[in-house]
Amino acid sequence: MSIGLLGQKIGMTSVYDANGRLHPVTVIAAGDNVLLRRLTDENDGYSAVQVGFAAQKESRVTKAELGNFKKANVGPQKFVREFRLEANLPEGEVNLAVTQFQPGDFVDVIGRSKGKGFQGVMKKHNFHGQGAAHGSKTHRRNGAIGNRSTPGRIWKNMGMPGHLGDERVTIQNLRVIQVRETEKIILVSGAVPGCNGSYVVVRPAIKNPGALLAAHQEHAKADAAAHSKKPKKAGEIMAEKAAEKKAAEHKK
Amino acid sequence: MNRILDIIEKEQQKTDGAKFKVGDSVRVHTRVVEGDKERIQVFTGIVIGRKGRGLNETFTVRRISYGEGVERVFPTNSPRIAKIEVETEGKARRAKLNYLRRRKGKEATTVRE
Repeated sequence: MSIGLLGQKIGMTSVYDANGRLHPVTVIAAGDNVLLRRLTDENDGYSAVQVGFAAQKESRVTKAELGNFKKANVGPQKFVREFRLEANLPEGEVNLAVTQFQPGDFVDVIGRSKGKGFQGVMKKHNFHGQGAAHGSKTHRRNGAIGNRSTPGRIWKNMGMPGHLGDERVTIQNLRVIQVRETEKIILVSGAVPGCNGSYVVVRPAIKNPGALLAAHQEHAKADAAAHSKKPKKAGEIMAEKAAEKKAAEHKK
Repeated sequence: MNRILDIIEKEQQKTDGAKFKVGDSVRVHTRVVEGDKERIQVFTGIVIGRKGRGLNETFTVRRISYGEGVERVFPTNSPRIAKIEVETEGKARRAKLNYLRRRKGKEATTVRE
């Protein structure tokens, strides 16, 4: 059973699969995840593992954190997260290597998106803005934001300018394309939030896209079977009609 | 570029690929999958341009088929390309031979400047 991984986004490239199709992939380096602590139902109220990633200077962590690392007998770590577990999973089965994922698995990747600063509504909320020409003097403003005395206030969630990006973003259902044990990297299809070098959490997909995909393929197969009958040629249709006519005459 | 990305891209690139230039007449053997059978299809024509570098390199082949100009773009490193044969070498003085598109008849299939 896969638990999850902490990793670092290396960058994007593309790989060919066995069918010769090119897939865009993000490379995530996820070596040396260290187990810091087991959280149990009795002690903590839920069961999980605390995992650390990327070594850190001792002077950069607080004494409280350092105590936690010392207890686990590992050096200080930059990036520490928890993964929930099924209760009573034996110690030996906590696998924090990249091999816990196989090609074809689906994962969710959590990262921190690139900060875009203070942005207007066109970039932030995909508003259309106003005309560029014909004497229009407003171009990229938000326009009207409400009515008059009814309701007499601005609706909640009205799109307004403000800070964009630099927030936690989860991308669900990315397919694992390759797992390389020696280099301790995994390749997932598509893009992942954050800049190259940022830390990401890779966890097994909480939805079940594998089942959905299987259902889709079943449908597609049924469709293909229905359509695979060859269209009749004009000659064949004529022959059939003639045969019908003959049969009808024969009956008379 | 990052070392790991470099490794991933390098190992997918073909090292034995036929050396061809812009202006060459080539035969491109592509693997075509039909149902569960695989066969080789050949596309013959003049290379009128190469684009991109590394893993993302592509080349364009142009031919006149039944009086109609046809162009196909192939990724150089695609595993679906089985073989590239050079039939005749052309002497092109340009990197892109887009002027062939305006030409008609015999002129459109020969490179000479």
